[in-house]
Amino acid sequence: MSRALEDGAALPRLAFRAPQLSAGVLLALPAAIVLLALYAIPLARLMASSFVGPSGLSFQAYGRILGDAYGRSLVWNSVRLGALTTMIALAVGYPAAFGLAFARGALRSLFLASLFLPLAASVIVKSFAWSTLMRSHGVVNEALMSLHLTSAPIRLLFTQVSLISGSVNIFLPFMILPIYSVIAQIDPRLTEAAATLGASPVRAFLRVVLPLSLPGVVAGVSLVFSLSVSAYVVPTLLMGESYPTLATTIARAFLLLRDPALGSAAGAILMALGLAVVVASHRFGEKSAGQ
Amino acid sequence: MIGAFARVLAVIVMALASVFLLSPLVIIALSSLSPTPVFDLPIGGASLRWYAAVGSLDGFWPALLLSLEIALLSTAISLVIGTLAGIAIVRRIVPGAGVLAAATTSPLMMPGLVLGIALLQYFRSLGLTQTWTSLLLAHLVVTLPFVARTMVAGLSRFDFTLIDAARMLGCGFASSIWRVMVPALAPAYLTAALFAFLASMDNYPVSIFLTDARAKTLPIKMLQYIEESPDPSIAALSTFILIATLLLLFVADRAIGLHRLAGLEA
Repeated sequence: MSRALEDGAALPRLAFRAPQLSAGVLLALPAAIVLLALYAIPLARLMASSFVGPSGLSFQAYGRILGDAYGRSLVWNSVRLGALTTMIALAVGYPAAFGLAFARGALRSLFLASLFLPLAASVIVKSFAWSTLMRSHGVVNEALMSLHLTSAPIRLLFTQVSLISGSVNIFLPFMILPIYSVIAQIDPRLTEAAATLGASPVRAFLRVVLPLSLPGVVAGVSLVFSLSVSAYVVPTLLMGESYPTLATTIARAFLLLRDPALGSAAGAILMALGLAVVVASHRFGEKSAGQ
Repeated sequence: MIGAFARVLAVIVMALASVFLLSPLVIIALSSLSPTPVFDLPIGGASLRWYAAVGSLDGFWPALLLSLEIALLSTAISLVIGTLAGIAIVRRIVPGAGVLAAATTSPLMMPGLVLGIALLQYFRSLGLTQTWTSLLLAHLVVTLPFVARTMVAGLSRFDFTLIDAARMLGCGFASSIWRVMVPALAPAYLTAALFAFLASMDNYPVSIFLTDARAKTLPIKMLQYIEESPDPSIAALSTFILIATLLLLFVADRAIGLHRLAGLEA
């Protein structure tokens, strides 16, 4: 490498300034090759294959999903799962992240362990454990009956209650951790300064802390939505066949139906949904930060 | 007054969230002691029979071994290439550093099933049919975003002039990297490795398209097992893993502090 650089230096100066860039390019090259060869190209080819019909270019696969009521219900089921999970996770996770930032010592370690430890249990086993909680004689129903809130067991498993609560349970750490890591870095002197300058605690929060915490919210919302909208194990174990989503359709199309065009189209729609929310939340974050 | 009240309220919300998050784990641990072949809370006595049964689970040890091999190797490779790319991104010595940063973390947002089928079709078209190789290549894409995200966060808080300072004080280049940069980045490495390893170990949606009847990874074997005969041996296996992780977290908390690890999860 250095030999080549010396040769280059001896040549008349070229417009191409490769030597100055080479160290950085070399550092980034392995990761760039992995991303290009194992990520960008395969996805581009998959997207291309979703437009292939029996006779060349075709939008038939998209028509089959977006054109009839069942197909649209797949999209709607995925969006509902993603949107409800994200909204509930944000409503719980935002104050919880502050609680985590306020905690010290053993309490903080305990809180953090409760966020890290679930990541070590497989989503499959956690979803199954959640389904046992929701059984007609599971813990939740027994508790409701012993509190005399209900006389007979309520049907929870294979309903949206068990689906959404289970999904929030699995994806909540991905909302709390990014928000926490941002608010832990907010200088506490900023709120003190706001108070000194006469701002009420509510006003100091709304004008100082909330805007500074938005990058964490954007990261958490993007991550939780894109994970939950495309979740496969969670709806399979908590809802079964009664809640078909785009994700379960992709698996069915490829593993059972041998219908790659349908699966690719479902994949493309799922990707577009995730991308839309990621881009929209980043735009929102930038706009709010700019004000 | 309002401030103190809000603080207490926030801590209570976090405490409730902790209970909520840990509840399925408690169910798993308790179910592993069930005396009956039903994955449920042990009612009327406890038994360790499912711990004994883990050892004789059909096909689990090859699946665990395959998952461990793929997770350890893909995490190790991603740590190296992710750190190198992270340095280039943070120091902005590569054209399009911002685009590269977005590109390295974007697989996090990509539906796993979509990546799985994309790689399946791609590998087939290239004639790559070896399960082990295709799994390892696919899991590079699974682990790299976790490493890149954490290393960029860690490196952007690292003061690179410390290396110059060490060299001015007579340290060689290699030893200044080893004695200054590596210790400062240890928490970032630990976080990156932990998240990447767990993401690979627990990956179902990408792996399902790349495995075959002979070679299955642990999550695929587990889902198959749970759908066929959900007995508590799965709970016993998970409890083993949870106890090992708990010990690891305890050591990490003592050595580095869990809050420093979590602070890198931007």
